[in-house]
Amino acid sequence: MEGLDIPLNHILLVACLLFAIGMLGLMIRRNIIFMLMSLEVMLNAAALAFVAAGAHWGQADGQIMFMLILSVAAAEVAVGLGLVLQVQKRFKSLDMDDANRMRG
Amino acid sequence: MLEIQLFYIAATIALVATILAMTRSNAIHALIYLIVSLLAVAVIFYLIGAAFAAALEIVIYAGAIMVLFVFVIMMLNLGEQGDSRERQWLRPGIWLGPALLASILLFELALLIGGITGPVSSGAVSAKQVGIELFGPYVLAVEIASLLLLAGLVGAFHLGRRYREGAE
Repeated sequence: MEGLDIPLNHILLVACLLFAIGMLGLMIRRNIIFMLMSLEVMLNAAALAFVAAGAHWGQADGQIMFMLILSVAAAEVAVGLGLVLQVQKRFKSLDMDDANRMRG
Repeated sequence: MLEIQLFYIAATIALVATILAMTRSNAIHALIYLIVSLLAVAVIFYLIGAAFAAALEIVIYAGAIMVLFVFVIMMLNLGEQGDSRERQWLRPGIWLGPALLASILLFELALLIGGITGPVSSGAVSAKQVGIELFGPYVLAVEIASLLLLAGLVGAFHLGRRYREGAE
């Protein structure tokens, strides 16, 4: 334990559980907005694991990875919400099962 | 030792709020719980000594990205009968859960700010160190991230523009 008073494996466990909840949400929900939210939860869990590991070894790399994940999440959400608007305009619903055919 | 207890409280709040967010049927209610979850993760970041990451988490995740979600949900105009829904939103049953969880986090933060004089952990990574690393060995990653954001911007602009009728 270098700089961290909180046990690393407990933080990693929390990150794991958050990721699992996000993945479960992605699988059980069919509303596209909830699916995007689940993706955010999963990215956030990965970021938590990175920051915890960086703090454990006293390195800055963890927080740098966190910032890169942040920019990925921002880009993903911008494109994803644009897709939400298009899906709503085309299918008049947010249910992803309505949009499961290509070239519809 | 106080930090460890606070960590467990914040972790519990993060997990509970995320589960509640995933099981709501109303998108706005889910969003409020998701914001609480992100705030709880920010408190965890602060507790493990990454204060700068905590600030970024609140400003960008809970601020910018969640506001984007709110805008899109408002633009979709999902709810009819606006008035009755508006009245329904003001009932305490809906905002009491998120408010309760968020006030526990606020209590933790007040306890932390009142009790400490320096960085929380002894070996906390400072924002200065992060900046030096970010624009030293990681400068290529920063460029690639900026390219990704530009691609996201162009993609969102393309998807979000209005098509003329019949010009599919």
